Amino acid sequence: MSRKISYKDAINEALSQEMERDGSVIVLGLDVSGGSGSEGQKSDAWGGVLGVTKGLSLKYPDRIIDTPISESSYLGAAVGAAACGMRPVVELMFIDFLGVCFDQMMNQAAKFRYMFGGKAVTPVTMRTMYGGGFRAAAQHSQVLYNVPTHIPGLKVVVPSTPYDAKGLLIQSIRDNDPVVFMEHKALYAMKGEVPEESYTIPFGQANVVREGKDVTIVAIGRMVHTAGQAAASLAKAGKECEIIDPRTISPIDWDTILKSVEKTGRLVVVDEANPRCSMACDISAKVAQDAFKALKAPIRMVTAPHTPPPFSGALEDLFIPSAAKIEAAVKATM
Amino acid sequence: MSELKKEDLLKAYRTMREIRDFEERLHKEFATGKIPGFVHLYAGEEAVATGVCMHLNDEDRVASTHRGHGHCIAKGVDILGMMAEIYGKKTGSCGGKGGSMHIADLDKGMLGANGIVGAGGPLACGAALAAKFKGKGGVAVVFFGDGASNQGTILESMNLANIWNLPVIFLAENNGYAESTGVKYNVPTPNIADRAAGFNMPGVTVNGNDFFAVYEAAGEAIKRAREGGGPTLLECKTNRFYGHFEGDAMTYKAPGEVKQQREECDSLKIFAAKATASGLVTAAELEAIDKEVAALIDEAVEKAVAAPNPTEADLLTDVYVSY
Repeated sequence: MSRKISYKDAINEALSQEMERDGSVIVLGLDVSGGSGSEGQKSDAWGGVLGVTKGLSLKYPDRIIDTPISESSYLGAAVGAAACGMRPVVELMFIDFLGVCFDQMMNQAAKFRYMFGGKAVTPVTMRTMYGGGFRAAAQHSQVLYNVPTHIPGLKVVVPSTPYDAKGLLIQSIRDNDPVVFMEHKALYAMKGEVPEESYTIPFGQANVVREGKDVTIVAIGRMVHTAGQAAASLAKAGKECEIIDPRTISPIDWDTILKSVEKTGRLVVVDEANPRCSMACDISAKVAQDAFKALKAPIRMVTAPHTPPPFSGALEDLFIPSAAKIEAAVKATM
Repeated sequence: MSELKKEDLLKAYRTMREIRDFEERLHKEFATGKIPGFVHLYAGEEAVATGVCMHLNDEDRVASTHRGHGHCIAKGVDILGMMAEIYGKKTGSCGGKGGSMHIADLDKGMLGANGIVGAGGPLACGAALAAKFKGKGGVAVVFFGDGASNQGTILESMNLANIWNLPVIFLAENNGYAESTGVKYNVPTPNIADRAAGFNMPGVTVNGNDFFAVYEAAGEAIKRAREGGGPTLLECKTNRFYGHFEGDAMTYKAPGEVKQQREECDSLKIFAAKATASGLVTAAELEAIDKEVAALIDEAVEKAVAAPNPTEADLLTDVYVSY
């Protein structure tokens, strides 16, 4: 496995391979082709606002569907089509736009199966971009993956590498439940080894990114890499961190997390989101409840502060959890 | 009426009678305190669901509303299962996990009653998109009220349906009240169907208490959709005989308003008069249906009351296909 491609290209390849395999896979979203109805290039003008779906509308012209800026209608249409036999992948450009269409995710897609007594199957994948680092300010930088995680009926996937992005997206499309697939905008350019052939990664299986005996760091999405920097630095000081990337946060692999904490006796949770009612709280609570006796020190959480994402780079760099803050948190558990 | 045969008329009457008796009985049973939750009755609006769904088959999809019992019955959902569901029983259409506002039967093309006003618009667009990919002439209908006509989801969906040329019918059931607030306050145009012009689609307003008017207009819209002619906004002006929900004292209605509607605008009376006048059916045939339906509703209530509750094991199942 030597081929290296970007996180963005891994997502594109997963979409392309699934569209090739299954004619019921359609892609809907703003500018996913781009140019529809325009005077200039009418197909593949953009291929997604950041080019993630570039080229797909040339291969599958009828199944890459540009939408109006009308998230409630097209996200809901994807949900409705999923309940009627299609396998849509719908793109909500930024997770921040969830506010305008949340009902279709929360009250429709998530609820059908339960409230209809187990008879509905709604295989919709809702791809969306999250996270900071682009100086995109308060309405284009939020993390929010904890929000769908709170809702029974939704699955939430947060890949941190190109390899995971491809395998988890293929799994998401084939999965028969509604899936929210979270792509960190600052990871799109990141390259990594990705097999050319199609493959899936099961949900609910964490990845032990780095093994260590002194402290467990659970980190999500882009924070896996920030935690890696901290761990490398701490290793020079003789502290061995074990980094766990849950990869999916609903379902979540509690066993791997708990087993690690039982080994290390220390836990630091790194979460780019705001701290209240967050994944950091969720994971900390679970460990406090189920592995309390193993803990040698209080759990530490490294998160954004309880503020909206700021615009100025001087502020945003303070807002996003840094390797230095993770190092400090690890040291505080020692 | 020309295309309707005797069996069509009897079927339509039976459906309307089933809806009426189902709702009238629920009104009585709700008052006894045995029915949990929120119940919104469709009595008075029977001609709308019936006139539309007579044109649909199981492959056609309907997205319904919180006032959905009529749509379910007209779409062929099992009445015994519906009643048991409303009682919260394990034998209900949804195993007691949905209730009045969430009755669904996907095999019958019933995408669910819906507790969120206006939410059906996008779902029907999706059903219509799926039908379009299937290429067999399937259509989707979204029922929504005058209240929902102001929801962004409905307006966005009309836009989406037209730009994608979807086989979807926007069926506005204008019963005059968004909960307690009058349509004259909520809607600035004389008719909800006037809004169709803004989306460059046909907009038609008919008397929703007249089955034949609804049947004809819906037939035209559905035919157009099946043939690739795109969406239609069809408004049916009708009345609801009960409150927004059971327990609503209807203080916003004028004294005698419902009484007058029952006397002058009762969809079943209008249907019976026209159908018997056509010579195709007799009053005796309609009365025979009345008796059969009354027995069916009795059976539905008896079975619902006697049915078992869901158990603790049911609480945790069917959240996901797999997890």
